[in-house]
Amino acid sequence: MNFTLKIWRQENPNAKGGFETYQLSDISADASFLEMLDILNEQLVMEGKVPVAFDHDCREGICGTCSLYINGRPHGPDSGITVCQMHMRNFKDGSTITIEPWRARAFPVIKDLMVDRQAFEKIIMAGGYISVNTGNAIDANSIPIPKQAAETAMDAAACIGCGACVAACKNASAMLFVSAKVSQFAVLPQGKIEAKRRVKNMVSRMDELGFGNCTNTYACEAECPKNISVSHIARMNREFFISKVTSPKKEV
Amino acid sequence: MSKLLHYSSLTKKYIMAIAGFFLMIFLVVHLGINLFILPIAENHIEIFREAVHFMTSNPLVKVMEIFLFAAFIIHILYGVILQLQNWMARPTRYKIEGWSHTSYFSKFMIHTAVIVFIFLVIHIMNFYLVKEGITKAPQGPAMVADNHDFYNMAINLFSNTTYSVLYILLIIVLGFHLNHAFQSAFQSMGWNHSRYTPFIKLLGTIYSIVIPLGFILIPLYFIFLY
Repeated sequence: MNFTLKIWRQENPNAKGGFETYQLSDISADASFLEMLDILNEQLVMEGKVPVAFDHDCREGICGTCSLYINGRPHGPDSGITVCQMHMRNFKDGSTITIEPWRARAFPVIKDLMVDRQAFEKIIMAGGYISVNTGNAIDANSIPIPKQAAETAMDAAACIGCGACVAACKNASAMLFVSAKVSQFAVLPQGKIEAKRRVKNMVSRMDELGFGNCTNTYACEAECPKNISVSHIARMNREFFISKVTSPKKEV
Repeated sequence: MSKLLHYSSLTKKYIMAIAGFFLMIFLVVHLGINLFILPIAENHIEIFREAVHFMTSNPLVKVMEIFLFAAFIIHILYGVILQLQNWMARPTRYKIEGWSHTSYFSKFMIHTAVIVFIFLVIHIMNFYLVKEGITKAPQGPAMVADNHDFYNMAINLFSNTTYSVLYILLIIVLGFHLNHAFQSAFQSMGWNHSRYTPFIKLLGTIYSIVIPLGFILIPLYFIFLY
């Protein structure tokens, strides 16, 4: 297969950046999108040019590192998968593919297609954890958990923190990510203890970091590689409301 | 005032939703009265005048009027603040964007909002400010008896076809705004449930069609039948 690639090139965070066009031929339809970029980079190295910088790690859809905005959609045209899981057969032979980095004030570009997603780590640090050791697998059976709650928590915990929700949202809002992280604990007995403080702190950190506000457009849900539901956003909205109206004025 | 601006994004959304709910209920009441401009009952003019009299003189309605203006101001103010923050959250735009599957009208809420706001200003000038004696009653074929004679004011306005067509177009835009707004307000409040959300979405679609259609019937009657 042959492709014309339009790729965002930016030398460093302060450089202006712009699109560059590359021609690529004889690409296997079974090559993954990242393998295609590897081939491009090899070609660029052979030509003595600087290869395209892009984030990647596990290449099996579990790490959430790959983050490319392809033809107007995060993680490209297929749904429910990350860029690394997508194959070139999803594109028409001879087509032009535009590749951009995630665009958000909270995710500044480091170089080319790589963005700094530390903002997500900062939100987690604000409360996305349980403060005490909850034990090991054997201890898990000592606390009965309804199947429904366990499944809901598992669905939320499927979030790999890739940032596609922010990239897809017209407001660059991080609500789907934060709500998944709030939900995975809020529905479980071990997480309920700190639930009120957690949601307040995480939302306030999210606001500080310059993410946009949710307008319930649901592009996040449509683009999430792990198909996380916007019902988690509603749960976070409820949790936050309860937390605001029932928390003591001064925390101990 | 500065405290209002520093509420968290979620609190702003609750306030938007609560004000929105209030405005949506107001629209139903407003339409209920307006429909009596049409000859739907034998003494429809008397019923309409009586309703207008009640709405302009009852002390409880007067109190609600303060809430209504507050709801308008808060909804508009927060809408603008949230939108500005949203634009600032993405300083560099994508070259190619908008290919994600989303609720269609949600992408244009600020645009439909601006058009509805223009309509609101015209509407207040034509009726509310006339009642308060600030602006003059609209002139036309009907004699406006006093500044509470909304029936003849409406006849005068709708006997102008340009005004009627404009009114219809603006109400359709309001329908677009309501189409997303209805279910969005429920989601913002956290009222999402696998059992009820599909019903809320359906109800929102019906609401966003029926309410504008009701308002549109009045100018249509004046264009074609009066």
